[in-house]
Amino acid sequence: MVPIYYYLILSAILFSIGVGAFLIKRNIISVFMSIELMLNAVNLTFVAFAHHWHQVSGQIFVFFVMVVAAAEAAVGLAIIIAIFRTRATLDVDRIDLMKL
Amino acid sequence: MEVNIWIFILLSLIKVIVVTVLLLMCVAYTVLLERKLVGRIQNRWGPSRVGPFGLLQPLVDGLKLFLKEEIDPEVVYRPLFILAPIISLGCALLSISMIPFGPDITWHGVQLFQISDVNIGLLILLAIGSIGVYGTALSGWSSNNKYSLLGALRASSQVISYELALGLSLVGVVLRSQSFRLRDIVAVQSTHGFLSWNFFGGFQFIAFFIYITAAYAEAGRAPFDLPEAETELVAGYHTEYSSMKFAMFFMAEYAHMITIGCIATLLFFGGWSSPFANWLPPFGGVVLQSLMAIFWFIVKVFFFLFLFVWVRGTLPRLRYDQLMNFGWRFLMPVAILNIVGTSLWLALRAQ
Amino acid sequence: MHLVLFIIFGGLCVAGALNLLFQRHPINAALSLIVVMSSLAVLYLLLGAEFLAAAQVIVYSGAIMVLFTFVIMLLNAGREDRTHGSKAAYLVGIPGAAALFATLVYIFLSYRTQLGGASIGNYLVTTSDLSRVLFRDLLLPFEVTSVLILVAVLGAVVLARKEH
Repeated sequence: MVPIYYYLILSAILFSIGVGAFLIKRNIISVFMSIELMLNAVNLTFVAFAHHWHQVSGQIFVFFVMVVAAAEAAVGLAIIIAIFRTRATLDVDRIDLMKL
Repeated sequence: MEVNIWIFILLSLIKVIVVTVLLLMCVAYTVLLERKLVGRIQNRWGPSRVGPFGLLQPLVDGLKLFLKEEIDPEVVYRPLFILAPIISLGCALLSISMIPFGPDITWHGVQLFQISDVNIGLLILLAIGSIGVYGTALSGWSSNNKYSLLGALRASSQVISYELALGLSLVGVVLRSQSFRLRDIVAVQSTHGFLSWNFFGGFQFIAFFIYITAAYAEAGRAPFDLPEAETELVAGYHTEYSSMKFAMFFMAEYAHMITIGCIATLLFFGGWSSPFANWLPPFGGVVLQSLMAIFWFIVKVFFFLFLFVWVRGTLPRLRYDQLMNFGWRFLMPVAILNIVGTSLWLALRAQ
Repeated sequence: MHLVLFIIFGGLCVAGALNLLFQRHPINAALSLIVVMSSLAVLYLLLGAEFLAAAQVIVYSGAIMVLFTFVIMLLNAGREDRTHGSKAAYLVGIPGAAALFATLVYIFLSYRTQLGGASIGNYLVTTSDLSRVLFRDLLLPFEVTSVLILVAVLGAVVLARKEH
């Protein structure tokens, strides 16, 4: 038997690493991937609590998070491609002007 | 019944080894089958020198691939260059673990004709299939070669596009059997011989054609072999590979073919159930009956392997825009219509 | 058994996440994220969420991450440059992340007596349980997400299209 709080602490570790990666990473794709990591960490908490309360709704929420993440990935990657087309760089430090 | 854990582990290990060895043997002989049949289609003999009718050709081919010099180009990104064929072959071999080959017979608590019987077997097959893309994608990227990269880009976009149609085409089958477990799906189809197969009695023939088309695209087989189109891309994603690493891609492709044949058999053609099961009086003991079941399974899978080769020998390769148009504008809507039709039919019948 | 599996796959998760943090090449970061997601799928299985486990692999590792690797390959993203970045990120962000982690762990640990344990097989959500809730009680949100997906697809097409 594994206590539920093990799962919760694991998800806290993953979330904090995601936050750290989001701040440290300079490549826009990597920054975007750390957002996905944070979403995944939150999903783990949802599933753990769904198990604790024996409630299906926790898992349904994960389902919706996945859908939103998929939509977000599609739009976000399209934006990244558009940025690369106009500026020819993926470095977030060089993409700091609203105007070309 | 209390199952001894050590016997369970031992029997499972034996099962895994037997299935893997058999699968690799089948892969070798599928290559021979393909070369022979394509030869016949093109009005020539195919391999005929090694052994009677060329039957020892696979052994010699394997030996040749083992003994070839392994060439590692200097500019490749090594970790991924080595990892890519492992992912490809690993995923291709892994999916066989979900396939039930015969009836539900347990011995010492271990199922004899299936490595693992899972509630969500069908979903896991889809999941393994979707991981398999990385083999092709990473091999092309890590080769540091224009043709490989183009092949890899084509492969990943092709697989993402056709995965949708593939997944949607299976929904009709799942609706009919109300389960993702492959054994339940077969059980629904084994009541009235071939009349209850999903292809005939289940009215899933549209779904079957969508599935088989999408599966050909997933496996990168002709007429969807754009990722390795020789006339345009040298050899596509595996241009830089040689010797064993090339052999792994090669084996992965044929293992994939066999798995697709197995899945099509299980989902649309009644799995191991005989086409005229209930019309003949049952004969023989348990052993003979399970042998007959496996016989039917093998016959059906063989039919699909034959179909693979036949299609390859007949149809020309599609152009890239044709491929995308076909997948998104034709297969997807038809698959969705099939879901709507199937659920309407099931709802009306249930009333 | 459960604990062993948890340690193996939880360890894989953390190792993958750390690798994501320290790798400077986007494709390596993407691969370590795939490892994290796939091991999370195993953890979902341990928690009795079998459909979610399959969906996690199919949707996250099989579709979203393929898109990421596709874009990395398409733009031929190389190693990150070691630019300075913003000072604020290092000065506030890293301690902030650490503080967040400490708070979360403190809260979870202080409630650990009220949280039970999980063992294999004592709670299983089958696909039909899940779909019953999804298609009866939560039908409207489900339909709304499909509109969201449609909007996202259109947006992606418009954004990524070449201007004439």
